[in-house]
Amino acid sequence: MVPLEWYIGLSTVLFVIGVVGFLIRRNILIMLMSIELMLNSVNISLVAFSHYLQDLRGQVLVFFIITVAAAEAAIGLAILISLFRNKEAVHTDEMTEMKG
Amino acid sequence: MLPKIFFGYFAVVMVVLSLLIVTRKNPVHSVLWMLALFFHIAGLYLFLNAEFLAAVQVILYAGAILVLFLFVVMMLNLKEEVMGERFGKEWPVGISIGAFILVLFFFTINKFSQGPTGQYTIERIKAETHTKAIGSVLYTEFLLPFEIASLILLIAIVGAIVLAKKTK
Repeated sequence: MVPLEWYIGLSTVLFVIGVVGFLIRRNILIMLMSIELMLNSVNISLVAFSHYLQDLRGQVLVFFIITVAAAEAAIGLAILISLFRNKEAVHTDEMTEMKG
Repeated sequence: MLPKIFFGYFAVVMVVLSLLIVTRKNPVHSVLWMLALFFHIAGLYLFLNAEFLAAVQVILYAGAILVLFLFVVMMLNLKEEVMGERFGKEWPVGISIGAFILVLFFFTINKFSQGPTGQYTIERIKAETHTKAIGSVLYTEFLLPFEIASLILLIAIVGAIVLAKKTK
């Protein structure tokens, strides 16, 4: 039997890789994919908890996370397309409209 | 012993694949590595006795979301992306924040202690079949969140159309 801590450790490592990818990449497309990676790592830990605690609520929560991930991907890609159409830019440091 | 070897394979391959996703220069390669990662996650779900979720993972993530990503990657002009710099100027800050979160989480995992277990044991799920058991929880206890999820999807449809429409 694999201990539960291993699953949480794997999920942590994947989440941190997603965070780092989101912070260091310039391409918005890769940043969106890093968000998907983070959501997936949370899903892994939820399913592992659900299995080890013998409760199905964690797996139901995974459904809702998948729903939100699908909505987020659709809207994020729509924003990306309209950005590319207006500014020909997919990099974060080329967008300075908000003077951030 | 055999389950640990299985888990070790999945863990190593998943970490390597996610590192490839965030470091590859060409976004098409990133999307394809992500496809491999999602299949491995589905395999891990099967390993955790969540076969319906494994099917949903393959159909929804690998089938729908990644195809959407691939469409957008193919539509955008990628020539300058392959030539240009792939990391922003602030990458040491990002990596140190990531290392900090990693250390914090691993200290927390050491302190973890398991709570009381619920009523859905593996034998009960096997007797009831996984899809039926998960459906009976989803449509009774989580009925209102389920309806709200449908609303979120409706907002996503309308929002995506409004944002991607050509403005005159």
